[in-house]
Amino acid sequence: MRSTLVLLKRELTGYFATPVAYVFICIFLLLCGILTFYLGSFYENGQATLGPAFFEFHPILYIVLIPAISMRLWAEERKQGTIELLMTLPVTLPQLVISKFAAAWIFAGIALALTFPLWLTVNYLGDPDNGVIVASYIASWLMAGGYLALGACISAITKNQVIAFVLAVIVSLCFLIPGLPQVAGFLESTLHSETLVEVVRSFSFMTHFGAISRGVIDLRDLIFFASLIGVFLFMNAIVIELKKAD
Amino acid sequence: MGAMIEIQNLQKRFGDITAVDGVSFDVDRGEVLGFLGPNGAGKSTTMKMLTGFLPPSGGTARVGGHDITSDALAAKRLIGYLPEGAPLYPDMTPEGFLAFIAEIRGYRGAEVRARVDDVVQKVQLQKVMRQPIETLSKGFKRRVGLAQAILHDPQVLVLDEPTDGLDPNQKHEVRGLIRSMQKDKVIILSTHILEEVEALCSRVIIIAGGKLVVDCTPAQLAAKSKWHNAVRVEIPKTESARVGASLADMFGSAAVEQLATEDDDVSLLVSTKERRSILSEISQRAQSEKWKLDGLHVEHGKLDEVFRELTRPTVAN
Repeated sequence: MRSTLVLLKRELTGYFATPVAYVFICIFLLLCGILTFYLGSFYENGQATLGPAFFEFHPILYIVLIPAISMRLWAEERKQGTIELLMTLPVTLPQLVISKFAAAWIFAGIALALTFPLWLTVNYLGDPDNGVIVASYIASWLMAGGYLALGACISAITKNQVIAFVLAVIVSLCFLIPGLPQVAGFLESTLHSETLVEVVRSFSFMTHFGAISRGVIDLRDLIFFASLIGVFLFMNAIVIELKKAD
Repeated sequence: MGAMIEIQNLQKRFGDITAVDGVSFDVDRGEVLGFLGPNGAGKSTTMKMLTGFLPPSGGTARVGGHDITSDALAAKRLIGYLPEGAPLYPDMTPEGFLAFIAEIRGYRGAEVRARVDDVVQKVQLQKVMRQPIETLSKGFKRRVGLAQAILHDPQVLVLDEPTDGLDPNQKHEVRGLIRSMQKDKVIILSTHILEEVEALCSRVIIIAGGKLVVDCTPAQLAAKSKWHNAVRVEIPKTESARVGASLADMFGSAAVEQLATEDDDVSLLVSTKERRSILSEISQRAQSEKWKLDGLHVEHGKLDEVFRELTRPTVAN
């Protein structure tokens, strides 16, 4: 446990040792703002809520931004050979995998938390259901964890950060698209089976994110994100074990 | 209790390639083991298995009695390791990096500070503690790498090409550092520089084609040279014919070889098949025949020549 915390601390301070963290946070906040006020028509809606104007864009925003965090996790370590240093220290592979993921997740959480002025704004302008907003923040953070675990696993496959980024975007898309309302009709017409459509859709971040962000915290949705993170971290460890020497 | 490091029949295969093929040796405290071999011979792979980075495909490696695969954490605690090329985190400062290493090695609070200060003294890093590692010169980077390896005063120190790419002064410093630590420790270092082996090591292992080909002391290794105990006779040109004939008479014409001549001097190298000491015989003959000698030297075997001799056949396969 202590080793995990030491590793986590190094990882997390590593984000802030370079401008990368600040650039990321700025761009994240900027995009959030643009999406909320222009595409989301926050004012025009005239509703005291963050759901449609703000949280709705997170699944798409994360497609691009989360792989930008996850791409370097292992790829950089392998490229620079520091993985050899790390793995000959008295630490275990699960400790390494978990600490790297946790640091990235906390970092994403910090970026997300810094959108709090929007929350203040909506409270200033009206009387929103703050319970729903809290649930939405939790859902958004959980979803970020899912994207991150997936991206971390992909980052372990390659030494090239660009490849890690592109692959993570593509795989993330696969986990997003089935839940989009735009493809619902397409799924129904090609699969011809209600159950099959449900199964495919249940793998989408959209489906589970949507449920929690409406304020309904269903155990199934929590289990979905938790098991998604678990499975990808497990695969991450296996990939590292196989590829570390290349 | 067995030796500090026990390696038995260690093997590593990457697909069809066998990188390390049944290497066995023990190393005891106080020994400085030089690991030699051509590039790609399996030196680094052996070190990576010994330090727990790569799992062996076969055989065992034990450090202080702890198996490196089944009891990895205990074994890793005993080892300080400088991987090839001394990889470091470029964005960190030596201060932050060494504090991280101290913490992960289990030191807490004031101990962390004390450990880092101590090791920084040893490798002379004071001036650059707050610069990002990527801005440091190669020599300083290597010192940071060494510092992280020796920070916890490990019983086993494994250094993969510690002086590679350094200038002669830096090499000298690193060697001094290694020499100062050799007491009570096991030090294993790989190198391409044979003079380094002579200067530092109490024992040499040569690996070629994944197999251990030599395990002896540097002196014994040098004795394998065909020039070992050869005598170099320096004489004026005018004397060369007479002395050459006399030497050929003593040891046979095959034993005498004329080396490059410079100015008016000629050097004759005399060696025997059995590499026995022949200096006294030659000097007696020189006195009795009144040679005009300019110099008389006993050659010690050249390590690089032995190295080539031992490793070439396997490389050719």
